[in-house]
Amino acid sequence: MNKEIVFIIIALILGIVSLILALIAIHNKKLSVAILAAGVVSLFASVLYLLMAAPDVAMTEAAIGSGLSTLIFFYVLNKIKKSNA
Amino acid sequence: MLKNTLIALVIAVLAYMFYNVYNTYETRTSLSGVAEYYATNAAKEVGAANIVTSIVVTYRGFDTLGEVTILFLTASIISFFLKLKEEDENKSIKHGITSELLITASQVLVPIIFLFGIYVFINGHLTPGGGFQGGAIIATGVALMIMANPNIRINNHVIHWVESISGVAFVIVGLFGIVLAGGFLDNRISGLGEFGTLFSAGAIPIIYSFIGLKVGAEISNILNKYQKSQKEL
Repeated sequence: MNKEIVFIIIALILGIVSLILALIAIHNKKLSVAILAAGVVSLFASVLYLLMAAPDVAMTEAAIGSGLSTLIFFYVLNKIKKSNA
Repeated sequence: MLKNTLIALVIAVLAYMFYNVYNTYETRTSLSGVAEYYATNAAKEVGAANIVTSIVVTYRGFDTLGEVTILFLTASIISFFLKLKEEDENKSIKHGITSELLITASQVLVPIIFLFGIYVFINGHLTPGGGFQGGAIIATGVALMIMANPNIRINNHVIHWVESISGVAFVIVGLFGIVLAGGFLDNRISGLGEFGTLFSAGAIPIIYSFIGLKVGAEISNILNKYQKSQKEL
């Protein structure tokens, strides 16, 4: 199998899985599951950027998209839960 | 009914637009004008081995200044809405037991993460990454520290001073470019140095280090504010 076909297969799998996770993030009733799904979408997107030879963008996406914003969403979720209770 | 028709109409128009974009798309076999200029001249003019960095910090330096300003505004607005009282600042909340694994891992990993963040922004002109990425990596280290020890006191004054001084220093280095080189944020304020070594590319490592410190301080401040504003269980 040559390199290009492997590349396309990996990109397709990552794309399809992140689409499914994005749908989970929208439709899941539990907000914590939705936040985690959105974080994993960012992680897969950063792998895709790496495959497309953009390591600068991949680093930003991995650190901010899947790391910090997931954490901040959880902080905000915690705050909302307590002020509603 | 009307609402659904409108939604369907909007989707159809969008689909038509994207179909046109897809249909007229063809892969370029050569670089476009600006890209070709950067690819052929960036290494000679700017002296940075990483062309992305030479575009971000020098050719499009003014945009980077704008991005730093946007991040600063975001941090200020979050601080404004999460205004903390004096007792919030110093209270210690009783949290659930933090796992031993997380505490031990954070003691090992946090210094390494900080070191890696600093490496990324100091070597921004040589390897992928730069100020924004390095700053974000440092902030993830702070996040790990906060998770392992929720009542940790992060000194606000240090964060504020680091953030302000690096912001001002970024602009001052940019102003040196007007006096010593071709214009605002020009990196040729000193010799370009040997291509591909750490002390090369003029002002780029200096500017990127300041951006890294500023971004790291701002995001750490946001995380700290969120942690301190959590209510008692």
